[in-house]
Amino acid sequence: MESVNPIERALRGIAITLVILFFMFPIFWIILMSFQTNETILRMPPSMVFTPTLENYMALITGKLETSAGILEIAFMKNLFNSFFLSTASVAIGLVLGVPAAYAFARLKFKGSEDIAFTLLSFRFAPPLLVLLPLTIYFQQLGLANTYGGLIWVYQLIVLPLILWIVRGYFEDIPADVEYAYRIAGHSWGATFRKIALPLAGPGIAAAALLAFIFAWNNFVFALVLASADKQPVTVGALAFVTASGIQYGQIAAGIVLSIAPTFALALYAQRYLVEGLSLGAVKG
Amino acid sequence: MTVQLSLKAVDKFYGAIDKGVHAVRNINMDVHKGEIIALLGSSGCGKTSTLRMVAGFEDTSRGTITLAGREIQKLPPVKRNVAMAFEGYSLYPTVTVRENIAFALKAAKLSETEVAAKVKEVSEMLEITDILDRFPTSISGGQQQRASLARALVRDADLHLLDEPMGQLEPQLRTLLRGRIKHYIKERGLTAILVTHDQTEANAMADRIAVMEGGVLQQFASPEEIKEAPANLFTGTFVGEPPMNVFPAVVSDTGDQIHFDLQGGLDLQYPAKDFSADVRQAMLSRRQIVLGVRPYAVQRSAEGAPATVEANQWLGDQTHIAARFAGASIVLVEHDFTDVALGSEIRVHLNPNDLHVFDAETGQALSHGAQLA
Repeated sequence: MESVNPIERALRGIAITLVILFFMFPIFWIILMSFQTNETILRMPPSMVFTPTLENYMALITGKLETSAGILEIAFMKNLFNSFFLSTASVAIGLVLGVPAAYAFARLKFKGSEDIAFTLLSFRFAPPLLVLLPLTIYFQQLGLANTYGGLIWVYQLIVLPLILWIVRGYFEDIPADVEYAYRIAGHSWGATFRKIALPLAGPGIAAAALLAFIFAWNNFVFALVLASADKQPVTVGALAFVTASGIQYGQIAAGIVLSIAPTFALALYAQRYLVEGLSLGAVKG
Repeated sequence: MTVQLSLKAVDKFYGAIDKGVHAVRNINMDVHKGEIIALLGSSGCGKTSTLRMVAGFEDTSRGTITLAGREIQKLPPVKRNVAMAFEGYSLYPTVTVRENIAFALKAAKLSETEVAAKVKEVSEMLEITDILDRFPTSISGGQQQRASLARALVRDADLHLLDEPMGQLEPQLRTLLRGRIKHYIKERGLTAILVTHDQTEANAMADRIAVMEGGVLQQFASPEEIKEAPANLFTGTFVGEPPMNVFPAVVSDTGDQIHFDLQGGLDLQYPAKDFSADVRQAMLSRRQIVLGVRPYAVQRSAEGAPATVEANQWLGDQTHIAARFAGASIVLVEHDFTDVALGSEIRVHLNPNDLHVFDAETGQALSHGAQLA
């Protein structure tokens, strides 16, 4: 790296700056918007000079949206809680189901194991819209529509394949002999899984869980169709700001900031694991 | 002598039985209590598969494995009471070397003092007392290998399996530890199977050597017997350093002389009385044979057959001469410095008592020296 010449370094710096601007500008703009009123947001030409206001955040937190047509009740904090609850519960269940399954796929070569693993992965290929209509009908008949349980179940479509395939790669990276050594030393299969395989795959499991959480958090379409207002996550709840008396850009921006904050913080905190998990999941096949 | 481990008609297929890769073919083998056995063979010969079937990491496709009177081929590893040192060490990376060694003892519910005493003893023997409190990732390959060996040897198991246990050690240490480990095993009356491709290690440590090739047990005998009476051409050429010289030949008989017609028009003649009647009969009934002679048994003698020197190396304690002979190369070993120039002609004599005769078709040994195999 030290032999890189100054021109190349400068060009690389410019390229990185451009990429960062391209990706970060929308987020930066939304953060600016969240501190403005609808009037300053919509003025022409747009300007970065304004008096910051916490009005939008206050409206979201108190749940009272003042519009020209009167005070509107919004359930943003409830949505935020729903997002949190749905994502966490989905990932927890995904881990309970997915990690042992990943271990089985990594260690036991049984008949049809590759086919089953691939089928599970293929859930990620199909566009959600494909399954939504039949799913809606089934859910209504089974009484699962508009329940947390039903949503968490559907979220497994997102979470389970992800956890399964990433964690499987990590388990495959653990030399089987390390486990054999533990088993032959007088430990059962289950003890070996708990004491050797799980701790060694720990970083991978963490990465998979984080990714799965982010994917679950960002889901929109399942929740839109299968849940009504009181079960909806923020991704769907933000639609409430498109009101009869106009679109509340300020509150939407504030809502976005609040809703990306947890995943953003999580991603920053565990950046290393995420990159590792993503690249491993991509390379392993 | 009681039989500690018995393999009966053991087969290993990777994939479906009779369809997949046939890695181990119909192995029959009895190991006595207190014996050290070396499984010797090149890579892919089936030695590690055999070991792993005994340990329980691979299914036994067919046949029975009996250990200390129990049929074990269907038992999970935890119930077999077998200790194993892995070729790739396979230490648990999350705990110290000391804990790695003590794991199995703790699982066996030994008292703290007993565990400490046993760990101390084995780590002194293997010279790893200074790294006991370090983690496997922070020590060298050789140290990891010794830690892995200690983890296996510290146990009081029915059988100890050692898979290439000294491959990573420096030559000096290897020589020292070979002796110590053998003593340790013998002193405790343990039964051990050592997998190795190092002949010196097999010869130095094992009571008997099992030579494997192509999944087949070629010969199972003492090191001396394998050297003096190899069962077939493979064992003959595989065991021994430098390897045995072999020459295809046609045998014929002119009354009082036996002729070996070698390639390149060379005719080796011996008085018929040098071979017993049954050896002569065995050779003549085959006609096409392969003649083998150990490099250290080849003699230089005025009445010998001509050979042209191709290489001459003094190794500090012995001379290795390679010479053109009978359309091939012959290697001879002499224990003192021999000054023969490249391209010069020497005369080599093969004593009939040093000849190994193999069936050219099957490779089976017909005779060793003048005796029927």
